[in-house]
Amino acid sequence: MSKIQDFFQGKAYVLGDNIDTDQIIPAQYLTYNPAIPEEYKQFGKYALSSVPQAQAGLPKGHIPFHTDDEFVSPYKFIVAGKNFGCGSSREHAPVALDAAGIQVVIAQFYARIFFRNVVNGGYLVPFETGDRLCEKICTGDELRLETAATRLINLTTQEVFLLKPLGEVAPILQAGGIFPYARSMGMLKS
Amino acid sequence: MAQMTLTEKILAKHAGVPSVEPGQNIWIDVDILMTHDVCGPGTIGVFKKNFGPKAKVWDLNKVVIIPDHYIFTADRMANRNVDILREFVKEQNLPYFYDVGTDKYKGVCHIALPEEGHTRPGEVLLGTDSHTCTAGAFGEFATGIGNTDAGFVMGCGKLWLKVPPTMRFFFEGELPPYLMAKDLILAVIGDIGCDGATYQAMEFDGPGVFSLNIEERMTLCNMVIEAGGKNGVIAPDQTTFDFINSRNKSKLPYTPVYTDPGAKFCFEKSYKVGELQPVVAKPHSPDNKAFARELKGTKIDRAYIGSCTGGKITDFKAAAALLNGHTVKVDTFVVPATTEVARGLKTEKINGKTLEQVFLDAGAKIGEASCAACLGGPSDTFGRLNQPIRCISTTNRNYPGRMGHKEAEVFLASPLTVAASAMTGTITDPREFLS
Repeated sequence: MSKIQDFFQGKAYVLGDNIDTDQIIPAQYLTYNPAIPEEYKQFGKYALSSVPQAQAGLPKGHIPFHTDDEFVSPYKFIVAGKNFGCGSSREHAPVALDAAGIQVVIAQFYARIFFRNVVNGGYLVPFETGDRLCEKICTGDELRLETAATRLINLTTQEVFLLKPLGEVAPILQAGGIFPYARSMGMLKS
Repeated sequence: MAQMTLTEKILAKHAGVPSVEPGQNIWIDVDILMTHDVCGPGTIGVFKKNFGPKAKVWDLNKVVIIPDHYIFTADRMANRNVDILREFVKEQNLPYFYDVGTDKYKGVCHIALPEEGHTRPGEVLLGTDSHTCTAGAFGEFATGIGNTDAGFVMGCGKLWLKVPPTMRFFFEGELPPYLMAKDLILAVIGDIGCDGATYQAMEFDGPGVFSLNIEERMTLCNMVIEAGGKNGVIAPDQTTFDFINSRNKSKLPYTPVYTDPGAKFCFEKSYKVGELQPVVAKPHSPDNKAFARELKGTKIDRAYIGSCTGGKITDFKAAAALLNGHTVKVDTFVVPATTEVARGLKTEKINGKTLEQVFLDAGAKIGEASCAACLGGPSDTFGRLNQPIRCISTTNRNYPGRMGHKEAEVFLASPLTVAASAMTGTITDPREFLS
């Protein structure tokens, strides 16, 4: 099922550059199997648990990613700098963000394997931005994204930003991942 | 016909087209799919969910399963994951499974693959581990993928890929005795940054590369992912063929592929090897480059020699040559990448002493073949940084929390630099011990 909605709205959690997969989901939790629904949920609990405190929830830092619910975060958007998702190939990283309730990540650009995993697994919607939004948006700001227009409105400050179009991965995200996409293209028998 | 780089040629051939261009999206046929205990269970889940509970893998002989990450642990979930692999292998009747607790157990997948003859020039190898790019050392296209991609390949043997543009790194001259491949790749990553090769192929060329043995070439290609690279590659030569032919048990034919004269590179950089120095990547990023000399006197709590990038016989020979007759001043952990390397520690000698004896006499602890503390793992993992301590390591990543505790500090360096530092308890340029 596609994770693309016409609009997304919710709070932003802001991170810096080179947020690697060990910070997104530390290796000790990779013993959970994402193919088992009860264990999938656990990844949400440990999402972003290795981000150093000072960089967790910019610009101030020291903002917990989880508050009332230990599995699901109150944030819907992650706004980050360069090279988001660098490091390992663990698909547990986008799984963790999805399980924690993240619907959209907005970064300057992504590490390759993480980007593929997000798109082909259809976990969330990865937007890129020419602006360094991680220095313009604050953790806790309420954001609204108009998907087709790629228009991001910071409802807290009334600022508007234009994100880059999803481009060639849009059809895969629209389909909901590589399997439904390949079936729709006749590459796989359904 | 268009002039193509080695990477472009392999991809064109596997897409069944005469030529490809960087940026093009293509569907390719996969020669080998590798998975392990951390990503195998998720991959199998994706495969069954999408191809059906009774589906069979696309080709029995092309799926290789190597448990290596969380092996020597009491963690029940980790052990459960190896059981999931066992069950799948049995159900599918897969011939290439290197199970824990059997004579076939190997250890770290990236070293096990070539040792067991699963790497060949000109082929496409995909694996559910970002360091799958190690196998570019054999002149093949090798890259890491996630569970969904791997589940897809498992069922149909194909995957879409974007053709990367190729960057070329040329090394003039041969390595002096105080430098290792780890110094070259840390220098490159420091220069281009940990996103400097994002979505790109990195081809290594020049006498400095072709004078390296096959293990050192693997170290070079292993860490292209630390610059964001899609794959690293070295053109095959006699050193490659000698190694491959001695390991290619299935006797599968292969076709070496080379970059065409006049092929386009998106970036070129040349290094005079003789002018390079031992490099250390400071916390918390592999591109945080310093020279070992600049960090002289920095106190460390631990030294770690192991992993796919730093746990091969060449790595241990280098470390042992320095440690022989000395004792370590800090806790020093030695972890052979594979069981074959572990056997080598008992047979390879320096001045009549086995490598194992050198390490034990120096006061180091030797662990069993696996990924061990390179990526932290369960809390009882050998060598894991369970406290916020400072470690110098031959491994490949030093992001926050990578080796365990999120406030621990990891410095990455060559086995020579790590051994020299273990002997003094401070970061030390190996030239201080090599006259």
